[in-house]
Amino acid sequence: MEAVVTWIAETLVRALALGTPLLWAALGEVYAERSGVVNLGVEGMMILGAFAAFAVAQTFGRPEVGLLAAAGVGGLAALLHAFVAVTLRANQYVSGLALTMLGLGLSALLGRRWEGLPLLNTLPEVSGVTFGGVLLAVLLWFVLYHTAWGVALRSAGEAPAAVDAVGINVALVRYLAVVLGGMLAGVGGGFLSVAYRPSWTEGMTAGLGWIAIAIAIFAAWDPLRAVAGAVLFGGLFHLSFRLQTWIPPEPLQLMPFAVTILVLAAAGRGGARRWGGAPEALGLPYSRGEP
Amino acid sequence: MRRVGPFLVELRPDPPGWWVLAVSAGAVVAAFLLAGVIFAAYGVSPLRAYAVIVQGTLFNARALPEIVRNTIPLLLAGVGLALAFRAQFWNIGAEGQLLCGAIGATWVALFSPVPAAWKLPAMFLAGFLAGAAWGALPVLLRWRFAVNEVISTLMLNYIALYIVAWLVHGPWKGPEMRGFAFTNAFPPAATIPVLPGTRIHWPTLALGLLLAVGAALLLARTRLGFEIRVQGHSPAAARYAGMRPARVTLLVMLLAGGAAGLAGVGEVGGIHHRLLDPNQISLGFGYAAIIVAWLARTNPLAVVATALFLGSIFASGDVMRVALQMPARVTDVFNGLILFCLIGSERLLRLRVRWAPAPAARAPVMGPEREVPGLGSGDG
Repeated sequence: MEAVVTWIAETLVRALALGTPLLWAALGEVYAERSGVVNLGVEGMMILGAFAAFAVAQTFGRPEVGLLAAAGVGGLAALLHAFVAVTLRANQYVSGLALTMLGLGLSALLGRRWEGLPLLNTLPEVSGVTFGGVLLAVLLWFVLYHTAWGVALRSAGEAPAAVDAVGINVALVRYLAVVLGGMLAGVGGGFLSVAYRPSWTEGMTAGLGWIAIAIAIFAAWDPLRAVAGAVLFGGLFHLSFRLQTWIPPEPLQLMPFAVTILVLAAAGRGGARRWGGAPEALGLPYSRGEP
Repeated sequence: MRRVGPFLVELRPDPPGWWVLAVSAGAVVAAFLLAGVIFAAYGVSPLRAYAVIVQGTLFNARALPEIVRNTIPLLLAGVGLALAFRAQFWNIGAEGQLLCGAIGATWVALFSPVPAAWKLPAMFLAGFLAGAAWGALPVLLRWRFAVNEVISTLMLNYIALYIVAWLVHGPWKGPEMRGFAFTNAFPPAATIPVLPGTRIHWPTLALGLLLAVGAALLLARTRLGFEIRVQGHSPAAARYAGMRPARVTLLVMLLAGGAAGLAGVGEVGGIHHRLLDPNQISLGFGYAAIIVAWLARTNPLAVVATALFLGSIFASGDVMRVALQMPARVTDVFNGLILFCLIGSERLLRLRVRWAPAPAARAPVMGPEREVPGLGSGDG
């Protein structure tokens, strides 16, 4: 009996641990998409964040400083996407993919020297970052639904022309949302390399960024629902490690990706309409004078 | 219209070919310059890096065939993506479709009772069918369950990747390959012939060229091609004309997935002669094929040229790995930068700059700017 309780408690802790990077990244994507900008570069921003956090934490011996650096690098990467998607009004989907490729390539190249190095000071798996993520979700939810800033943000994604008409700078709102999203994704990636699995290996995000995007979608772009989604998928990932005693690892590793499709399909079938669906202007560049 | 000094900048709806080529070339050059900055940050002089690359690929008789070898999968997957993008279906799943093709070919090569003489045609057929099935899945998900195809094709890439990994670690692991996660080597009848002294498996290359020409004819001369073009221009007009977008998209994705599947057949049948770790089967050919199709402006014949260009990037990636001790992922730096510069320069395509000095006394003319939505900017 005691063993079962321990098992459940342990599983829950691990679910929270892997749910943490998913939550931070998903919250960032929620804000970016609420402003009307799809950012498929989450995987790239996370891996850059993971590398930056490890390199800085290794150099200065302070994992917290590493996380700050990860936020900065993630924000910079997102700035590139914002420039291409908002200012140049290019295809947002392709720009995000380009960011993912660039992030994976750049981190592999610059990170070569750091591979296999130990990290002396690390953060615990379930730490302030985890609880900070939950608090952040509540804060972002409050801002989104109960402040004038939130109204501006949501309106930029629903009816940019109307926001423009009342004198709010649509491009600025979108820039801020995308850069904030990148900073959060960077922290999520950094958490992987200084807390969850304190080390650096190229490609260590292994698709978590895509899962974070999916969480943002089936959380119906709501920060609080994203918490539930992140814990659910953190648990799913952990289960795929836990069950390896009985089932070979590869079919388990593909499970979160398959479940993502199933959940999105179920949401598309019934849920999404009830929840209000995607922001009206999601993925559409805005320029004054265009219908 | 806007005046910049003595020049007049105008918008034009239909840019001429030379201008498209010039802007694309400019974007690629810009990407190379940015990559040079990254090399410098890495601690390798960009001049030296590019000298090594050019010497190792273009001025090396043994390296030239490697460009063609890398072109083959990019050509096949790229032609398919050109069709899919033309029909406004954002298939990011060529990587997974390619891996499925590799699985299909491996099954025929190692586990099917197909007689030796028929092995190769059966492998290509099985690879095409497996890729086509994997490509049809996101269409079904989009039309029946409203799942965005960008997300679903990406997820299917990871699923295909783990299926291959499972096969080579588990049920298909070859007893002859002590300890390694490979299948057994293909029998001689199941290996695709190569040009002597190279790794160019020419039957796959021929298939790719045929497919490019076939796709061009399909677009220009057939009813389906017409429907694809209408749907690409205006989905609303296509619906109004009684076309069925789901059917058109399904056919396109069967072709696109099948083409990527053929690329997978070529990789396992012509290069590796076994199924192995998915990251070794494809170094991201399926993702790079997106750039191939985009750079070709979704023109299947132009894909031949752009696949050759991306093929040389992959070949130079090998050179950088060996001569400069860089990770294989370095090709992703190029791919990402090229893609960024390419879509970033898209708006330049619609501009025309004319020499038109203004009369000295007049103030500059400033008219209201009219915007033309960019290629595939998500409208409609």
